[in-house]
Amino acid sequence: MSEPLVFELGRSGRLAGAQVPEAGRAVDLPPDMLRDSRPQLPEVSELDAVRHYTRLSQRNFSIDTQFYPLGSCTMKYNPRGCNTYAMLPGFLQRHPLAPEDVSQGFLACMYELQRMLCRVTGMTAFSLTPMAGAQGELSGVAMIRAYHLDRGDTERTEILVPDAAHGTNPATAVKCGFTVRELPTAADGDLDFEALRRLAGPRTAGIMLTNPSTLGLFERRIREVQEIIHGAGGLLYYDGANLNAILGKVLPGDMGFDVIHINLHKTFSTPHGGGGPGSGAVGVGERLAPFLPTPFVGIGPDGYRWVDAADHPKSIGRLSAFMGNAGVLLRAYIYMRMLGRRGMERVADHAVLNANYVMVRLAAAGFDLAYPERRACHEFVVTLKRQAREYGLTAINLAKALLDREFHAPTTYFPLLVPECLLIEPTETESKETLDRFVDAMAEILAEAQVDPERCRQAPVKMPVRRLDEVRAARKPDLRYRP
Amino acid sequence: MSDIPENLKYTRDHEWIAETGDGTAAVGITDHAQEALGDLVFVELPEMHRDVETGDVCAVVESVKAASDVYSPVAGNISEVNLALDDSPELVNADPYGEGWLFRLTPASPADLEELLDAQAYQRVLAEMDE
Amino acid sequence: MPFIPHTEADTDAMLDTIGVAGIDDLFEEIPGELRLGALEGIPGALTESEVGRLMRRRAARDEMALNFLGAGAYEHHIPAAVWELATRGEFYSAYTPYQAEASQGTLQVIYEYQTMMASLTGLDVSNASHYDGASALAEAVLMAVRCNRRSKSRRVLVPRALHPHYRAVLETITSTQGIDLVDLPYDPSGGQTDTGALGDHAGEDITAVVISQPNVFGVLEPVDEMTDWAADNGALAVGVVNPVALGLLKPPGEWGREGASIACGEGQPLGVPLSSGGPYFGFLTCRQALVRQLPGRLVGRTVDVDGKPGFTLTLQAREQHIRRSRATSNICTNQGLMVTAATIYMSLLGPEGLRRVAARCHARTAALAAGAQSVGGVSVAFASPRFHELALRLPAPAKEVLGRLRAQGILGGVDLGSWYPELGDAVLVCATETKTGQDIHRYVEALRGAIGGIGDGP
Repeated sequence: MSEPLVFELGRSGRLAGAQVPEAGRAVDLPPDMLRDSRPQLPEVSELDAVRHYTRLSQRNFSIDTQFYPLGSCTMKYNPRGCNTYAMLPGFLQRHPLAPEDVSQGFLACMYELQRMLCRVTGMTAFSLTPMAGAQGELSGVAMIRAYHLDRGDTERTEILVPDAAHGTNPATAVKCGFTVRELPTAADGDLDFEALRRLAGPRTAGIMLTNPSTLGLFERRIREVQEIIHGAGGLLYYDGANLNAILGKVLPGDMGFDVIHINLHKTFSTPHGGGGPGSGAVGVGERLAPFLPTPFVGIGPDGYRWVDAADHPKSIGRLSAFMGNAGVLLRAYIYMRMLGRRGMERVADHAVLNANYVMVRLAAAGFDLAYPERRACHEFVVTLKRQAREYGLTAINLAKALLDREFHAPTTYFPLLVPECLLIEPTETESKETLDRFVDAMAEILAEAQVDPERCRQAPVKMPVRRLDEVRAARKPDLRYRP
Repeated sequence: MSDIPENLKYTRDHEWIAETGDGTAAVGITDHAQEALGDLVFVELPEMHRDVETGDVCAVVESVKAASDVYSPVAGNISEVNLALDDSPELVNADPYGEGWLFRLTPASPADLEELLDAQAYQRVLAEMDE
Repeated sequence: MPFIPHTEADTDAMLDTIGVAGIDDLFEEIPGELRLGALEGIPGALTESEVGRLMRRRAARDEMALNFLGAGAYEHHIPAAVWELATRGEFYSAYTPYQAEASQGTLQVIYEYQTMMASLTGLDVSNASHYDGASALAEAVLMAVRCNRRSKSRRVLVPRALHPHYRAVLETITSTQGIDLVDLPYDPSGGQTDTGALGDHAGEDITAVVISQPNVFGVLEPVDEMTDWAADNGALAVGVVNPVALGLLKPPGEWGREGASIACGEGQPLGVPLSSGGPYFGFLTCRQALVRQLPGRLVGRTVDVDGKPGFTLTLQAREQHIRRSRATSNICTNQGLMVTAATIYMSLLGPEGLRRVAARCHARTAALAAGAQSVGGVSVAFASPRFHELALRLPAPAKEVLGRLRAQGILGGVDLGSWYPELGDAVLVCATETKTGQDIHRYVEALRGAIGGIGDGP
């Protein structure tokens, strides 16, 4: 059954009466400033709308309903308490420009969050204003740029990015005015150090690294990377996408990183919301502290206060109209307080335990690991190159067959350098039973594909729609409803 | 096995180029390239009358899952673009060496074409990639 | 441990399967000298009940009885159904809809949203949203620079009467791209952008003109004239608009002879609570011809293998996960949950509801203006048509007046002194449909008292 568009449910003149003010007097504005056309908004009753959006919600997978072994996304449970307490009226109704003397409750949470993030990363200062990972990256790379320029070093025009990196890394470096030099990955999954030594030099502004990498591997020679890059006069950027794997185990600051962003919607479990909001809080060591984006929270004689551009003249500036995704930050704060110190130390333990368990069981079930000799961090890569060639079980076919078994698919075709790959990240909040069911489903699909290859090519068959014609969608884009 | 016509010249980046007899040369992507990309959904064509150097990016071909730059095989001036691709990018898939041509240019030095790969040499490039 | 389900028996069995003695062995690839003993400086765990008590206390500290602040974030009634539905787990805890078959709910919501926003702004296409209004403007300006190939200057005219925070974000995000932002002054008596100053740029190579409707003072700009000027001078017009105002006001697509090319703005007024400034969402819409330069996610309608209609992310080759360093933007996210709320909000309001909310806001602000002017020494700074905000000039230090109002539980306005020192003691106040006649009366009397009190000394 398809669900009609909300526009198709409407009838001209129908109104959700309880939500609409009485019609007032005619508006005293010049007629040439007013709208003649009626916007194409639905005309439905409140019940129509509630049923429609409830039904649409039921056409989604979500963490609350399914397991998401989605590599590089850290789809852990989003505790309901975080939502409830972030949505207390005092927080929801607080205006972003409310003065500090009537904002001490909120500011206290933000200040403590900044401090806790410093503690779990080994950085000295944090700004919470970036509104997603990519904006955290943007502010981090902009700070690297500002740092070099501030020292009068104008020759540093290049950022090094591993070929396995998330696409936002090179895109961000370019947006900050840099040229990207791509670093190859060695056969064992670590960086290619020969290439690193060759590329690092007087033009190097910095390197962007995820550690553990997007291959789920810990870069063992990270201190050597630091020596090479710092030795060349560049800085080290830590993409915190995979922080969950090392939370409480290693501090990025101790690895030699100068700047870090954290995806709070991953490690600190704020909801993904079907594609956002996220939060990409950015932290720095001493060297980059003067360039931190504003505003952030400081302490003054009268309590917590905003540190703005006026107090922080070398700042790279403002990234959002106000102070970022405050409601997301509150959820992360509440989550961190509920975990506490011991809880945080256990996150990486169990995320890594779950990943290695699933990895060993899948290998035993006949799946090929991309890096069989390596220990998994919180995620690992399976390659279906052999199965794709032998009986057409490609990554996409397996992904779709999983949907029919009520599991969200792992990340597919990323990192780009492993053919027909699945990136699998179970997270620490999943139980052994769920992981076992997942492995069983994977094994079942593998067995089925060998005897009946066509079946997984046809999957999914139990979802609200089957495979969609993406070519048609892109060739003749239908991006809005026209009656 | 992809089609590699004998009468064309090729690059390692999977472009083909052919003299048209009127002083210009037509450029497109090879059968192998269109096959690897899959169904094309969009082709970004170069600006008319633009001067290009060998290896300049002058077009982009997009499928649903990939976007690939097209480099100019030789230096020259863009003299014509295949406007039919605006509405029908699928022509590149259906007929990469014919109706799916991308643009024509007036080579700065027609001798440059001689430097490019012939069909046998391009065939060897594809064979190397397979290994 | 919170949120970790493992029993001791589970852990042992799993370690056994892996073939290691303890969890610590799983971290053997991390060099020993980097391993942390224990996390320092993190407080002990709180139960949900304990953290609830803490958060209730802190939230209560910040509660204010009556809010007359606007300046980019507006208090509107939000129907209860909006967040009841948006926080359903199936929306709240869903991932980005890359697996289309398992995400038809989110995808259809976005398609409906795109339809509503395109129509509300009078343009052809909307993306699936950006972080907030200010960052959407930055993306809109970068997009305009990419689109206007005839212009080589990368020079963009930006009204001084644009919200200063938007201007600051624009600066941060465009400064590394060689884009030159040029100020357009406002008329000191009317508060609208000085079109005479616009004329001074005639004949120059201008890439784009930013037009804010209303502007930061709540004043309505001469949008038709500015849009036509842009068209006549080879520049693209980029509208920054309040979406609730568009229930009433002419949309960017209908400005001037040809309409603006790109529109953007802050979506917060459409069902998103004030919540300290975020999460909100930025909208971005444009003409069909510019769609390939539109950054951000887009949802399209198509059919499945059985010919059944369905929705999918489309034109993804523009984006960073495919285009990498050559993407239209580095941005990956859209504010999906906020868009869900806004779509439900717009469905419940409908065209008539949104028009009435806009008209009610406008009327309330007119009542506030009339009342405030009855206070001795208080005047309206700009005598021009406005939407739902206005600047008031005060006969006493603004900071002190606002402090006295606060002591009575009233947030009485944003001090304009730090943004526009030339205005002297001035505050920006806003009254939306949430304010009753009684609320406005209370504000006016409190203002009278505060100003009188300052005259009388402490």
